[in-house]
Amino acid sequence: MEGMTMSSFPWLTALVVWPLVAALATVLTGAGRGRPASGAASGGGAFSAGSARTVALVGSLVQVALLVGAFGAFDTSTAGTHQLTETYAWIPALGASYAVGVDGVSLLLVALSVGLVPLVILAAWREQGGDHVRLRRYLATVLVLLSFMVVVFAARDVFLFYVVFEAMLIPAYFLIGGFGQGAQRRYAAVKFLLFSLAGGLVMLAAVVALYLQVPVDPATGLRPEDAFLTENLTGLALDPTAERLMFAAFFLAFAIKAPMFPVHTWLPDVTQNATPGTSTLLICVLDKVGTFGMLTLCLPLFPQASRWAAPAIIVLAVISILYGAILAIGQTDVLRLIGYTSVSHFGFIILGIFTFTSLGISGASFMMLNHGISTGALFLLAGFTIARHPRRSQQIADYGGMRKVAPVLGGTFLVAGLSALALPGLATFVSEIMVFLGAYARWPAAVLVAVPAVVLAAVYVLLTYQRMFTGEVGAEVVGAKDLDVREKTVAGVLVAALVVLGLVPGPALDYVREPAGVSVEHVGETDPEPVLGALEGSEQ
Amino acid sequence: MEFEAPVIDWAVLSPVLVVLAAGVVGVLIEAFVPDRVRRAVQVVLTLAALVGSVVAVALLWDRVATDGFAFVVNGTFLLTPFTLGIQAVVAVLAILGVLVIADRTRTGDDAFAPTAAAVPGTTYEDAAREAGLQQTEIYPLVLFATGGMLLFPATDNLIVLFIALEVLSLPLYVLCATARRRRLLSQEAAFKYFLLGSFASAIMLFGIALVYGFAGTVSLETALFRMAQPGGPILELMPALVIAGVLLITVGLLFKIGAAPFHMWTPDVYQGAPTPITGFMAACVKAAAVGALVRVVFTLSLGLDEELRRNLEVGLWAVAILTMLVGTVAGAVQTDVKRLLAYSSIAHAGFLTVAFVGFSETGAQAVLFYVLAYGLATLGAFAVVTLVREQDADGVVLGEATHLSHWAGLARRAPWLAAAFSLFLLSMAGIPLTAGFIAKFGVFSAAVVAGAWPLAVVGVLASAVAVFFYVRLIVLMVLTPPAEDAEGAQDAEVATEGQDAPDLAADGAGSSAAAGRTLAPARTLRRAPVVVLSSRGFATVAIVICAVGVVLLGVVPQLALDWAGQAASFRPVQP
Repeated sequence: MEGMTMSSFPWLTALVVWPLVAALATVLTGAGRGRPASGAASGGGAFSAGSARTVALVGSLVQVALLVGAFGAFDTSTAGTHQLTETYAWIPALGASYAVGVDGVSLLLVALSVGLVPLVILAAWREQGGDHVRLRRYLATVLVLLSFMVVVFAARDVFLFYVVFEAMLIPAYFLIGGFGQGAQRRYAAVKFLLFSLAGGLVMLAAVVALYLQVPVDPATGLRPEDAFLTENLTGLALDPTAERLMFAAFFLAFAIKAPMFPVHTWLPDVTQNATPGTSTLLICVLDKVGTFGMLTLCLPLFPQASRWAAPAIIVLAVISILYGAILAIGQTDVLRLIGYTSVSHFGFIILGIFTFTSLGISGASFMMLNHGISTGALFLLAGFTIARHPRRSQQIADYGGMRKVAPVLGGTFLVAGLSALALPGLATFVSEIMVFLGAYARWPAAVLVAVPAVVLAAVYVLLTYQRMFTGEVGAEVVGAKDLDVREKTVAGVLVAALVVLGLVPGPALDYVREPAGVSVEHVGETDPEPVLGALEGSEQ
Repeated sequence: MEFEAPVIDWAVLSPVLVVLAAGVVGVLIEAFVPDRVRRAVQVVLTLAALVGSVVAVALLWDRVATDGFAFVVNGTFLLTPFTLGIQAVVAVLAILGVLVIADRTRTGDDAFAPTAAAVPGTTYEDAAREAGLQQTEIYPLVLFATGGMLLFPATDNLIVLFIALEVLSLPLYVLCATARRRRLLSQEAAFKYFLLGSFASAIMLFGIALVYGFAGTVSLETALFRMAQPGGPILELMPALVIAGVLLITVGLLFKIGAAPFHMWTPDVYQGAPTPITGFMAACVKAAAVGALVRVVFTLSLGLDEELRRNLEVGLWAVAILTMLVGTVAGAVQTDVKRLLAYSSIAHAGFLTVAFVGFSETGAQAVLFYVLAYGLATLGAFAVVTLVREQDADGVVLGEATHLSHWAGLARRAPWLAAAFSLFLLSMAGIPLTAGFIAKFGVFSAAVVAGAWPLAVVGVLASAVAVFFYVRLIVLMVLTPPAEDAEGAQDAEVATEGQDAPDLAADGAGSSAAAGRTLAPARTLRRAPVVVLSSRGFATVAIVICAVGVVLLGVVPQLALDWAGQAASFRPVQP
């Protein structure tokens, strides 16, 4: 239980606390100077707030260093068990503990969050209309959100998970509504919050009900002080009806978060109105909490109900895959389009999870990482493109021939797009193939219906690329410059990650393979034959 | 006939006595202390008395927790751990309430009329205002009301229960009528409160009479033992009498906590009363009344047979569901911040009822934690309302800017105040890492434990609706540009914010069309119509304490939960 024996340094707590410190430092940098009295925020305040963004960047890079340390302390040979664990009593009266620990999947998702934040900070360097005080607050909020994201992926306590799951809505809400660039950002923020809270409150009822399923200690008449630990809630003898209701409540919250058809409608509004950096964090990391929750909470806590609900969920997942792709093709706003592609991709992830095969689940887990990188790349590069438009238009029709004026931008955008459509050699391909193979073993019909989405993906990616980057140079973007060093760094890191994970997926798969086996075991299924052979084959 | 002096354990009475005695001294101060120092003396005395009451509660704690109860003069005064817990909450909240009441802001005016006796709009009133008169009777009145609240849950005697109800209500009726501004509204509120309150008192008294007629005693515990007596099942003789009696007593108490369908007075009274008094009422009266209700209902439920208890439970279920629905649905369409908070307090009365429908100790624990969490957030929220004022074209500070449109963009003018207010709202909405979440968690757990899971489900849905109107207010403060920005040319963001104006209607789809509609006229004003006053310290202290309390109870609630668990033990007391 006490993981402190393995490695004495509390890496995960460090990863949780450090972003908060960095956020405080960011918001305090130059705070003494205050806002110039005239109300014009630039000018006098520029120097101090300029250092604030540097502070935020350095803070996020130190976080990356901490992450490297955590990877060093993690043993991939036992990736299926929680490592780096720390357990402290938090609210014994309610059975809640501060219990963190990571298995391979959660570590990769922590890595995704920690890795994307410096890129988001770099991408936001000149955002918020040159108002440095706003930028400073924006970056501090991003860092606070990062701390929450680490906790939520590392939580081994359902209460802790729930608390952070809900609490992180507040910074996310301000990122959308307070710092967004779209005209309807307040509407989008409120919609996001209400959707998420509605799901969250339904989940709360199930969390309470689940807690009360923990047997009472006959000696004291109380429930154990660590009743909420995931391991204590796993394998409870639940009444089938109660289990199904609780599963449904958890799943609803996660499906809204993921987002899955038919509760995805908040997502396009958010991506259209938030800054690309916010969208990156929200769609690429925060929404993974939904699929992560399905994988690490729904499956082990409610195995019977998961099996019971799987057919319906597979149908919804396939609908998501196709519906998201078709709607993406019809979009005229590039950020909205990327939002819809994510609905499609999340459909793949959910399909993979509910195959209950090692292959499908490890594919889904790997896809959570890949989707984060490729969609993050699309959002940030689309953001760079939009920044080159004099009116900052998000309409695809307002661009054209961007490749001629900004070749590096065009090239990297194309790579990110090709990864989104799962071109072999790029990261998403490996995971998508794994999901398809895993699903084919159990739900061949679903795969047959979902496969056309690959073609649809090619349509929405290539069509967008063609309209924005090829042909006549659009009248308004004639004088656009290519990526500068800062932007090239962001694009370069993301594209490199996509290529490396696409060509050498083996090391990353080492992190997800064992946890996938554990998940299949939890849900009480066995892998259909032949599975591992196909996996090795797909890796070439 | 020989007269035997009763032996009175004065120590047990001390939490109440300190406060009532200070109230009496306060009245004498009114008569004998000169004008200049009177206010200062009253404030110090009031705070000292309330702190003394908290200390007395703390000193009694161990004794009562060990013995299970402390008993004075045949139960006319009865301390149980739960009672003491309620007293602690009431006294602590009253201290914070008095801090808000005592704040005069930088204008030098408090929230109370210079002379409450003056007819509004008369030259006499103007003269009193110009003379700078102060109504320092406020403080003894607050002390008397608090004394009544401390006594309310702490008696076994139904007559004393009624007296406590009157002692706490009568000063409040007066206090409600004393607002400095919008005096007619204030007097109307007081009159409504008085009429409906007297009605409720009469109903309760009738209920007490019926129970007396049935059991031949006004002692709850004795009545309980008579009911449960195995030998003589007098319950079978006249069940209607005791059912009606219990029902009427419960109705009287439900009126005080503002539960539907007895909530009608709440919005009007909360809106009309001086805001510091509203905060005081919303937090302290609710805590005291819930305490009394839980004590009476729990005790009586022990004596009722299975079927009658089931009926009582069904009644409470109906009240809880109705209250939550009325509070949240009506709250969602309010355009006045005080009315919005009033409906929110109705909704919270519903959540509180959910906690104790099962008559379990878990429920009592949840109630204690909930009134503390709710009280802190509510007091803090009303304290913030006292500082947000209207001003006219010449910059003269007027009354409180309670219309929601005035709150637009508050975060830009007063970021800290808006942050605190948002925190209180988030806590009321039950967002994790605030006290409200732990409180709500406890309430729903108690309901599920008691088998009342449909109530928990309704509660969850009601919470979702409630979140909607709390968030609407936060959106207004934090994300909506302030009204004067439309013309303030120096702001670089004017162009973009101008574009946003039509989209308020779209915002309305998410929040309410009302916000967008009411913003439009405000934009035409020449000068910023709203000003945030700096407090003279008292209110700031109260707001800071409330905010810290809300966060601490949300992040590290263990101590408070332990305390509430310790306080929530119900053992029947032998008379």
